[in-house]
Amino acid sequence: MSAEPLLRVDGLSKFYGGRIGCVDVSFELWPGEVLAIVGESGSGKTTLLNCLSTALEPSFGRAEYRMRDGAFRNLYDLSEAERRFLMRTDWGFVHQNPADGLRMTVSAGANVGERLMAVGDRHYGRIRATALDWLSRVEIAQDRIDDEPRAFSGGMRQRLQIARNLVTNPRLVFMDEPTGGLDVSVQARLLDLLRGLVEDLGLAAVIVTHDLAVARLLSHRMMVMKDGRVIEAGLTDRVLDDPREPYTQLLVSSILQV
Amino acid sequence: MNAIAHYNFAYLDEQTKRMIRRAILKAIAIPGYQVPFASREMPMPYGWGTGGVQVTASIIGPNDVLKVIDQGADDTTNAVSIRAFFAKVAQVATTTHTGDATIIQTRHRIPEEQLRIGQILVYQVPIPEPLRFLEPRETETRKMHALEEYGLMHVKLYEDIAKHGEIATTYAYPVKVEGRYVMDPSPTPKFDNPKMHMSEALQLFGAGREKRIYAVPPYTEVVSLDFEDHPFEVQTFTEPCALCGAEGVYLDEVVLDDHGGHMFVCSDTDHCEDRRAHGHRGRLGADPLEAAS
Repeated sequence: MSAEPLLRVDGLSKFYGGRIGCVDVSFELWPGEVLAIVGESGSGKTTLLNCLSTALEPSFGRAEYRMRDGAFRNLYDLSEAERRFLMRTDWGFVHQNPADGLRMTVSAGANVGERLMAVGDRHYGRIRATALDWLSRVEIAQDRIDDEPRAFSGGMRQRLQIARNLVTNPRLVFMDEPTGGLDVSVQARLLDLLRGLVEDLGLAAVIVTHDLAVARLLSHRMMVMKDGRVIEAGLTDRVLDDPREPYTQLLVSSILQV
Repeated sequence: MNAIAHYNFAYLDEQTKRMIRRAILKAIAIPGYQVPFASREMPMPYGWGTGGVQVTASIIGPNDVLKVIDQGADDTTNAVSIRAFFAKVAQVATTTHTGDATIIQTRHRIPEEQLRIGQILVYQVPIPEPLRFLEPRETETRKMHALEEYGLMHVKLYEDIAKHGEIATTYAYPVKVEGRYVMDPSPTPKFDNPKMHMSEALQLFGAGREKRIYAVPPYTEVVSLDFEDHPFEVQTFTEPCALCGAEGVYLDEVVLDDHGGHMFVCSDTDHCEDRRAHGHRGRLGADPLEAAS
């Protein structure tokens, strides 16, 4: 692992008027590391993720990101142009609902190629070859390249969304319940795929999920949130096998055993 | 008493014309940028050229000579009406000859005859936003223009090639103006795109319903977007104009009978008439005097 973290978050808080979104969240994320944020609905997971991905501006706190030139920059001091550039080159965001992250009315190939074109690739043949390569990497048949995502199943859409995000070789990917709404066998294949990709590409990822099994499979470390605060953090295996906080114990013991 | 005396010169009141001229000046200063303006109700429906008419009304003077074309033709309903409108409310001279006109209001074509310094081409624009069909939110498209995020425009061209094997967009083909703003050249055929590049004439675009004005000043770089391996190409025609025999011009197909008979003729009627007056003849272009007898 690298000597310096990729992301340094310090005292991040977000209030919606008098209501709490998340309070005083601090952590570091290292290159190639997968961090899961777990907790029940309304615990502030998504607020935190949206603050990190700069979709929301936090009320207090800083999040410093190590840019490709090695310099740390506070995300909330970046200009909008810089933030958006980061978003479509060095970062990815996988939405729970693929329709939020895909262009449903253009073909799968164009969905994957959009980021390439956005950073200036103007060679059709090359864009198409890259799109074909990525479709096969996410296990979508190559002859579906000209179909619109509307014609895809939920699992395929989610895999397409992942391909679309990874095509520019990002270093950091945010995921919001990436397996939500998929049936279990499709979930299992998607998790396999994600694990493989994260491993191969050395991606760092922040994954928000309420599904502890997903967190167990994908993440190295996890943070448990309750009422906007991080109440417990540590290695995933440690937190799940030996939860210290009563709430975490409740969460872990609530997993349905089949 | 003459009822027309109640109208101000060129129909619009002076304050409105000043407002529109300010928008035009700003548009000229930032080539390709869409300047919002307070579009007025005109005595014609939206979609019939209310934007172009307002621009023309704001720039026209008593000594101007106006030409109006619709699909290249001087004699279509819309062209005739708008020409008559300005003859009435501004008492200006009108013409059908491209070379004689100082202001040419157009829908869908740029005249075949090369425009020169001092002439102004006014386009009637239905949808000024080139990104509209890809991104429906105005707040977002404005941001994309501001940040020069034009990748999406190429997504559309990519889709064309993926579906049709070539860039199938034949009109309203997006261009980049002076290396900065991506602009919709209004629904002119892409055949006319090269004529916009380094044009000697000032080109003004008015969208009445959408309340936008934009401009391409003379001698401005206008480049049609494309891919390295699928370069921009204009339409070509296999046969010359059936009336005047012109080649390398934009042609309309005219159906002649119920048995599949058809001919291709110049879409620019003035250009075609001018050529015939100079003795050029096409396949079906009989001498007008002989045809009449």
